[in-house]
Amino acid sequence: MTTASSNALDYNGRSRAFKTFSLLTLLVFALIWVVPLLFAVTTSLKPEGEIAANPTSWWSSHFSFDAYSKVIDNTPIMTWYLNSLIIAALTVVITLLVTSMLGFALSQTRFSGRGAVFGLVLAGLLLPGQILVLPLYQMIQGMHLLNTYWAMAIPAAAAPIAVFIFESFFSGLPRDLVEAARMDGASWWTIYWRVCVPLCRPAISAVAIFTFVTSWNNFLWPLLVMSNVNQMTIPVGMATVQGGFGIMYAQLMATAVLGALPLFVVFMLFQRRIVEGVANTGIKQ
Amino acid sequence: MATTVIDDPAGMVAQARPTKKIRAGRDEHRAGWWFSAPFLVLYLLFLIGPALYGVVMSFFNSTSVRPGLGEYVGLQNYRDIFGSSDFWASMGHTLWFTVLTVPPLVVIAFVLAILTERVVRGRSFFRFIFFAPFVMPATSVTLIFTWLYASEIGLVPHWLDKLGITSPNLLGETKWAFISVAVLTIWWTVGFNFVLFLAGLQDVSRDVYEAAAIDGASPLRTMWSVTLPLLRPTIVLVTMLQILASLQIFNQMYLMTGGGPGTSTRPVMEFIYDVGFSDYRAGYAAAATMVYFAVVLIVSIIWYALQRYSRKGVRA
Repeated sequence: MTTASSNALDYNGRSRAFKTFSLLTLLVFALIWVVPLLFAVTTSLKPEGEIAANPTSWWSSHFSFDAYSKVIDNTPIMTWYLNSLIIAALTVVITLLVTSMLGFALSQTRFSGRGAVFGLVLAGLLLPGQILVLPLYQMIQGMHLLNTYWAMAIPAAAAPIAVFIFESFFSGLPRDLVEAARMDGASWWTIYWRVCVPLCRPAISAVAIFTFVTSWNNFLWPLLVMSNVNQMTIPVGMATVQGGFGIMYAQLMATAVLGALPLFVVFMLFQRRIVEGVANTGIKQ
Repeated sequence: MATTVIDDPAGMVAQARPTKKIRAGRDEHRAGWWFSAPFLVLYLLFLIGPALYGVVMSFFNSTSVRPGLGEYVGLQNYRDIFGSSDFWASMGHTLWFTVLTVPPLVVIAFVLAILTERVVRGRSFFRFIFFAPFVMPATSVTLIFTWLYASEIGLVPHWLDKLGITSPNLLGETKWAFISVAVLTIWWTVGFNFVLFLAGLQDVSRDVYEAAAIDGASPLRTMWSVTLPLLRPTIVLVTMLQILASLQIFNQMYLMTGGGPGTSTRPVMEFIYDVGFSDYRAGYAAAATMVYFAVVLIVSIIWYALQRYSRKGVRA
């Protein structure tokens, strides 16, 4: 009986052998999935000469952080980190504010035109971001926003999916809560800011984390609008130095690791929330 | 949730309403628009606006070097696109990439989720391992795989040699370049689908399994007759999200092969990028975008139809 409650699929305990098989298969897959990462890390810690002599060796007797300090000294990677961080933070703040406000309006107020707004935003879900790239570039160029943080942060905030996450979350709040606040004479802003927003932490963290990861990893758009080397974000900057290293594999791998590191930290800290966010919303970059 | 509050002075609210109704209604109406305004401004300016501007641009001889639309050319751009073998080749590459990636990304994610559901301990460990690559930027992923694939010195050719297989030039031959980028993409993004499947499996009620067990169904039979049908909405969702994502392939291909050798692996997004930003033919690129969008739209419509269908199936 205990097995039935501990694992739904293994309800009759007949498949003990299958459970072992499952575990072994998963471990093999996990190993395959880890190999690229581990190999990148060990390569980045090896001296270049050793890589040239024995490229596929996993071990070195001279592990060091040489390649990392070279990358940091010879490329503006620290500036790119800062740019990526500022842009991601700006994007998260603007997105959270405007999408939660609309989510609040759609779920808690019955204004005329609400249906039309709902439909308009829903239509935006159908537009793949990539098709906007060309006209959006021309518009940003016309507004003289190329090579500014705004060119990255503002267009990204028009995210229909985030509106619907907030809308569905706010809809779940008890209607009486809002009614009671209104009876007490609270303004709509107070209801939004003091009553509803503090209650929607899970929605805030889901949208914040996803916006952050998407902004950090975005490639095509910053490639177009950030042509100035000091304004580049991490992924674009990394792509431009790729050729410069030639076959300096330790430095290439150090760059790759540095580019992925901040998000790995974010991921480790918020793993549960990120995974829940994916499961609940199905946001795909 | 809302129904649980029983001691709420519901009568009071109901009584107060009629007297306040008109004033509150107008107030609510104004609040609704004020709260909608910030998003709507950004949305119209940076999403709907560019989409419409793109449509207009596709009828003009616009270039990326001068601002403004340029000369009106009617349907000429569309005629050029429909007659362009480069465009249709890139469309074909995108479709081929989609065919190469969607089945493994759905099947592997599904199998891994089913297996993970079986293990009692270590579930979060596997979730971590398979999902972690998804948070990496495209540049890091392609740097690492370029090194793994590097001919003669990379880890993959080395292991193929050990297995007695002469490694082909993994990125230099068209056939292998597609497969190499597909493998990278599976490694990079399978965790996303895996998590969606895990969530779907968790939603399947335990009672159903117990009922199947009481009826004496074998595990395989349970999988086929219980799990699969109940999971159908998730399978449809994952498949369609994956098709849409694969149709948008750009980053990996651009960074890894640059569409090469030649333009033999160039996906349609890179075609648009090339003609729009390297050849400066913005109007022509906009027309290409519209044709490409039409394809994506058709797929999206199929998605909605299938989703409604699969929801109905569950209810019935």
